[in-house]
Amino acid sequence: MARLLGGLLLVVLAVTLLPGDWPAVDSGLTQSAFAQGAAKTETATAGIAAPKLTPDDYPRIAGVNGRIVVWLVAQLHLWFAAFVLAVPIFVFIIEAIGMSTRDKRYDDMAYEFIKISIAAYSLTAILGGFLVFSLIIFYPHVIQYLGAIFKDTMFYYALLFFLESAALYLYYYGWQWLQGGFRKWVHLTLGLVLNAAGTMLMFLANGWLTFMMSPAGIDPGGIFTGDVWTALHNHLWNPINIHRMVANVAYGGSIVGAYAAFKFLAATRAEERAHYDWMGYTANFIAISALLPLPFAGYYLAAEIYAYSQQMGITLMGGIFAWLFIIQAVLIGTLFLSANYYLWCGMARSEGAARYNRYIKYLAFVIVAAFLVWFTPHTLVLTNEELKALGGPYHKYLGPLGIMPAKNTAVNVMILFTALSFLIYRRANRIAMVGWAKAGNAVQVALFSAGIANIFFLGIYHGYFTNTVYKVASSIPQVITTLVVIAASIVIDAMMYRGAKEVAPLRWGRVPERAQYALFLLAVAFTWLMGLMGYIRSGIRQHWHVVGVFRDNSPDAFTPTLGYAANVVSVGTIIFMAMVIFVFWLSQVSAVKTTPAGFWKEQAS
Amino acid sequence: MRNFAAVLLFSLVTIGFFTWFSNFGIPQVDPAPPPKEEKLDLGAMTMEQFTALGERVYKGKGTCTLCHSALGGRAPLLQEAGAISKERLADERYKGEAEDMAGYLYESMVKPSAFVVEGFGKAGSSDTVSPMPDVSGGSVGLSDAEMKSVVAYLQKLGGYEITVEIPKDAVPETEEEATSRAPFKTAEAAIAEFACGACHKVAGEEGEVGPDLRKIGRLRDRSYLRRSILDPNAEISKGFEKDQMPADYGEQMYAKELEMIVEYLAALK
Ligand code: HEC
Ligand code: HEC
Repeated sequence: MARLLGGLLLVVLAVTLLPGDWPAVDSGLTQSAFAQGAAKTETATAGIAAPKLTPDDYPRIAGVNGRIVVWLVAQLHLWFAAFVLAVPIFVFIIEAIGMSTRDKRYDDMAYEFIKISIAAYSLTAILGGFLVFSLIIFYPHVIQYLGAIFKDTMFYYALLFFLESAALYLYYYGWQWLQGGFRKWVHLTLGLVLNAAGTMLMFLANGWLTFMMSPAGIDPGGIFTGDVWTALHNHLWNPINIHRMVANVAYGGSIVGAYAAFKFLAATRAEERAHYDWMGYTANFIAISALLPLPFAGYYLAAEIYAYSQQMGITLMGGIFAWLFIIQAVLIGTLFLSANYYLWCGMARSEGAARYNRYIKYLAFVIVAAFLVWFTPHTLVLTNEELKALGGPYHKYLGPLGIMPAKNTAVNVMILFTALSFLIYRRANRIAMVGWAKAGNAVQVALFSAGIANIFFLGIYHGYFTNTVYKVASSIPQVITTLVVIAASIVIDAMMYRGAKEVAPLRWGRVPERAQYALFLLAVAFTWLMGLMGYIRSGIRQHWHVVGVFRDNSPDAFTPTLGYAANVVSVGTIIFMAMVIFVFWLSQVSAVKTTPAGFWKEQAS
Repeated sequence: MRNFAAVLLFSLVTIGFFTWFSNFGIPQVDPAPPPKEEKLDLGAMTMEQFTALGERVYKGKGTCTLCHSALGGRAPLLQEAGAISKERLADERYKGEAEDMAGYLYESMVKPSAFVVEGFGKAGSSDTVSPMPDVSGGSVGLSDAEMKSVVAYLQKLGGYEITVEIPKDAVPETEEEATSRAPFKTAEAAIAEFACGACHKVAGEEGEVGPDLRKIGRLRDRSYLRRSILDPNAEISKGFEKDQMPADYGEQMYAKELEMIVEYLAALK
């Protein structure tokens, strides 16, 4: 509780300490200037103009690089926020599953998940406070400008934060109290409130940052004349909302997976191992389920960026950032490979899996091959010398659209095969008893074959036989194919294995230790990937605080190289890991009891 | 503890690999620095220098090559801009006002949608809306002179006679001077130095051209005042003329000075 209060205090302080000369706060006038936009009355107010800054307008304090400070603090805040927003989402779902199956193990696991996120919650708030502080210190005019536009949302932000905190604490501390029948429903409702508040909180914050990327409500003179809603509801708001929501769940799953993996390795008793194995498996399952749609959310976001501004889209996919997507490919490949590897290791849990072991090498082969296509599209990695010889960063095959169809094809194949891994894992220990099992199998095989053929056809046709403008057009039908195949085969599978016979009991805990390392890899790669994408999301604004409206004239307005960015991300990841270890440690320290001999006065009995 | 060390080591090695790959596995391309405001001395420029300026703008600040390049086919190539513009002007879909090559090229920059080349329009607009931004505003922000220099460059590129003239009137303000001076300490000093009193009644001066500012804080709030200084034509006070008050104070003032002045005016009640 004390930690929460500390965090809150910081946030409140930060909000009140914001520069006092926010135009609207103190206008001695009749109406608030900003809620109104362009107004009509005599004393009316105009919009908000972005100041033109000089390098001297960015305070330099003790030689500290303000941009790196803000960058790191923002990223740390985001990592924690993603985690604490995601955990309640799947805790809610797991709790509901427990309620409907009346299997108490789900309830216990959900409780353990939320317990981990409690300590992280106050850290999130504290980091949020730090972020506001560092912005005020290093970018006073920027925060002042954004503050003027978004003043109204700050109030709701604080309100939602209180609501979320209250719901979270009731949800967590009331867990054992609100058990059974009606009480359980009350508890579940609390979970819903918690999630609603958290999600809305994130949407608000997303509005601020997407405004900086795709400002809305700006008149041709560069003056903001809209209202708060226009500013929030800017072009990239919803694409970012969706992308972040899905990514958060995948990310939260991966962090909880790392927690379970560590507990598994440290466990001494067989039941403990079984418990944490199961928890790790569930966490990985959550991470993969959210990881599968994530590339699609990413494409949607990229497409909307193009739609908003072709220039920004090309900066994103074409210029120096093109190489970033090679790094991204390595990372996403790592995620898919480790998630699949974990599933394959998990087949050791069942006796029946032996039947499927021989397929795994083909799965592995296809996934690695798809990964390689994605990773090195049509080009070999260039050295700096080669680059000079080429006369520019644009390798002739790295024209971004040119390589997209090949990459899209590879990604879709990778996703389909991951789904296949999962299906095989699911049936490893079971034998379908329905009469139409053979036919069902054949349908599934046909589905996958047709789907893959279609994806290849689309990729090759659009990639090599159409005008460039239509190259990206392949991605949408490919995505639809993938989704249809996955959804249909899961439905068939669920029906086919209804009442299936188990080959042997699943032995939770009987899984090799290397599987746990796959879970760590997943968590580390995910964290790093998020950091990297944070850099590009912010980086495509280039030398603008608010694109096209408010120019960044600080000495740090330049776009850093990828290596530089990667170093910052790595430092951030290490700090984050240290903090996470601290949080995990905290969550178990309350259970540790020390009996100090001879310290307390003996009570006369 | 052994487990902990192993996991830690494993994670650090993973991070190390990603870091190594990003630094050495891919080429380190230094992104172009933010475009600088060039100080143009148009008066002394030869046509040669003017077209050279156009080329710099075309390849740099104007970001034209981002789209108009042989890669990717995102926008029509402009090597043959001259021949193209004749076709465009004769096209029945043409909605613009240009009459010659230079006019068409210039118009393409400020009103890209006046004619959208077939197949290049924004998705779903059936070639009525151009994805090209108005390069005189937004994030590119070319000046009139810069755009004319691009036209000269494009004409030269196609081997045509250069028909644009070097604009003589729009000599940009002396940027350098503005950034090298020390900021004024008080609002009064700034107001005196920027000669607001030449037109306004303010700080003891008795200017007649603009509105009386002695009680302006009663009427206007800070955001309005800020805008009046940065963009005087955004809203014209009753009974006064447009284009009277200099529009470039934003460039001359430090942000701090602007805030000081706004603060000062707002307090005049
Ligand atoms: C974001 C991408 C983009 C940028 C940046 C861009 N253009 Fe364009 N431009 C286009 C597209 C797409 C078209 C074709 C559609 C149209 O006619 O508007 C076009 C059309 C033109 C045309 C008409 C060509 C014709 O065939 O009729 C000219 C001239 C032109 N641009 C000049 C420029 C100049 C000069 C710059 C830099 C100051 C520039 N463009 C920057 C995308 C861009
Ligand atoms: C060359 C004459 C001139 C100079 C110099 C000048 N102004 Fe103005 N100003 C005007 C005129 C004319 C108007 C009314 C038309 C308009 O709104 O643009 C005006 C309008 C204003 C307004 C809006 C008043 C209202 O009631 O709407 C403010 C505030 C203002 N000026 C402040 C300043 C400040 C501060 C300076 C010095 C930095 C300054 N002006 C310098 C001519 C001038």
